[in-house]
Amino acid sequence: MPLGEAVRTALRSLAVNKLRSTLTMLGIIIGVAAVITLLAVGQGVEAYVRAQFESLGTNVLFILPGQLREGPVSVRERTPRPLTMGDMAALKDPIRAPSVLEVAAEVERFARISYRKRETRVQVRGVTLSYFRIRDWGVAEGRLFTPQEVAGQARVVVLGQLTRERLFREANPIGKTVRINNMPFKVIGIMTEKGGGSFGSEDLTAFIPISTAQSRLFRVRTYRGDYTVSLIFVQAVAEDKMDAAAQEVAEILRERHNIRYLDEDDFTIINQKDLITIFGDITRVLTIFLGAIAAISLVVGGIGIMNIMLVSVTERTREIGLRKALGATRQDILLQFLIEAVVLSLIGGMVGIGLGTMGALTVSRLAQGVNAVVTVEAVALATGFSAAVGLFFGIYPATRAARLHPIEALRYE
Amino acid sequence: MNAPEVVIELQDVVKIYRLGREVTIPALQGVNLRIRRGEMVAIMGPSGSGKSTLMNIMGALDQPTSGAYYLEGQNVARLGDRELARIRNQHIGFVFQSFNLLPRLTALEQVELPLIYAGGHSRRERRRQAEHALAMVGLADRLHHRPNELSGGQQQRVAIARALVNRPSIILADEPTGNLDSRSGAEVMHIFQRLNRDHGITVVIVTHEPEIALHTRRIVRLQDGRIISDEPVPEPKIADPSRALYTR
Ligand SMILES: Nc1ncnc2c1ncn2[C@@H]1O[C@H](COP(=O)(O)OP(=O)(O)OP(=O)(O)O)[C@@H](O)[C@H]1O
Ligand SMILES: [Mg+2]
Repeated sequence: MPLGEAVRTALRSLAVNKLRSTLTMLGIIIGVAAVITLLAVGQGVEAYVRAQFESLGTNVLFILPGQLREGPVSVRERTPRPLTMGDMAALKDPIRAPSVLEVAAEVERFARISYRKRETRVQVRGVTLSYFRIRDWGVAEGRLFTPQEVAGQARVVVLGQLTRERLFREANPIGKTVRINNMPFKVIGIMTEKGGGSFGSEDLTAFIPISTAQSRLFRVRTYRGDYTVSLIFVQAVAEDKMDAAAQEVAEILRERHNIRYLDEDDFTIINQKDLITIFGDITRVLTIFLGAIAAISLVVGGIGIMNIMLVSVTERTREIGLRKALGATRQDILLQFLIEAVVLSLIGGMVGIGLGTMGALTVSRLAQGVNAVVTVEAVALATGFSAAVGLFFGIYPATRAARLHPIEALRYE
Repeated sequence: MNAPEVVIELQDVVKIYRLGREVTIPALQGVNLRIRRGEMVAIMGPSGSGKSTLMNIMGALDQPTSGAYYLEGQNVARLGDRELARIRNQHIGFVFQSFNLLPRLTALEQVELPLIYAGGHSRRERRRQAEHALAMVGLADRLHHRPNELSGGQQQRVAIARALVNRPSIILADEPTGNLDSRSGAEVMHIFQRLNRDHGITVVIVTHEPEIALHTRRIVRLQDGRIISDEPVPEPKIADPSRALYTR
């Protein structure tokens, strides 16, 4: 029998029992929809995490005081030797650190910030001017601080978008005076919106000159007459120079901190590239894991198809006998039932792809910043997989049908 | 028609059914039978005498336990699934007591089934041949009716159209009138006689009814799986489709 006829025959028999066919497909529909949604969301999350890390700047190393210890939770050493402004300055050395393009430092604390009656708690970051260059981040309104303001420990502040909204609502904040821990600061600018919020909203912040933070606002402790910093940023000259930059930074800091040969570093260098890789791996493993769980439901759906096909073969025993009497070969019968199984699972797969795509769109809409895209590969994978499920679980019932003896089949009541 | 040629030849055909380990049922115990092209034969015998078993073997639906069966000179026992399917499709037309129509197909689609399995016909060609076969059994105006929209006699005529659509050399009918009233029985017998007389198709009919058997030209009687008599019908009756076969 030609394939076209076989497909027509199969579609007809499926149409006879529409409700049953639909219920049978349900397993496949749910399985495929779950796989499609999970793959899309997984990829969306991965892209989102990558974008978040990349928004920290390009080719950046982060240097923290103390050692991150190995273990289930990384714990910083109790009293590490702090990083200082001197350390930061030493890293910007074109001779000893040719791979370093730019360095920046940050001192950050949570603090109360108020304007008239309104008050909120935000992360106040005292930063060097180079901080904004490394992070490629600037103001939406007003201006950043000038070098003079940094040198003069000026009480000026640039607000994050969210801080501005909480304190000023619609009003124009430029030129107004806010109080941070009761100390008056003049608002000179508003940062552009970062969005997202995997590291605590970056928009709920206030930036002040690092000198002001160290000497006036937070009374940061000094180490041998040098102000300490929370974090040093180092930007490498190029992506392939990040490891070299890390090496140079480590040498300079070890020397400044008098660490002897073979002793451990008393600081930690985190490579932005490594962070992206690690988090990328984590989301990928999660995606595969969840996808595998979803694939199990596909197998369950396949068993459902096999079950219904076996019932169908039994019910249609006389039909099979008659078809054989009219000249159907074993192969004709095998094909008829196999096609029914594959058509069932393929239609289920298609519906599942539709539902899964809708699921992915819903997630994209609900989770801000996560763009769950259904890829062509995922659709091809789901289609192929559901066809394979139909084929695999259809073979046994179809073989049973094909093997029926014509006379016994015709006599079957 | 040239010299009468043997289309069916059974030599010492034995069929033993096994029920479990010990119980065996000898349905046929050494049957020898020759049927020539163009014959019209009735097979009679009490219930359980092996008539259906014999028909199934002649129709290549079942294999004998021992003995040989030649269909148009071909030894059927030697054939594989594909060849058997081809013989059933091309050489033999089956008509069953219970019609065996597929419930959801129209008359036209039922008759197209053997053409589909034969392969090699275009859709239009299939339809034309199926219409022709249905016209031959007087159902040109019932092409799109489903079995539940047809009378028993009409259903059996659809089944006959299905049996003859591939122009088989033999039609095997197992109690074709068993489920029909006498008037419909007359219609069916009329069609068989026409197919036999006008188209030279060999017709073998299993029947319980002597009246039906008298419309053929030869009666073979079975008992306990053996042929006990094999006689020609001196003056075969001519079926009149407008009248019942016999009056009550
Ligand atoms: N599949 C089978 N398994 C076991 N025994 C069978 C089978 N088919 C037929 N028989 C037995 O073989 C014998 C002949 O059966 P068959 O159906 O050929 O009789 P029949 O002459 O057609 O009878 P009827 O007139 O009632 O249709 C019977 O005893 C029957 O019980
Ligand atoms: Mg019988």
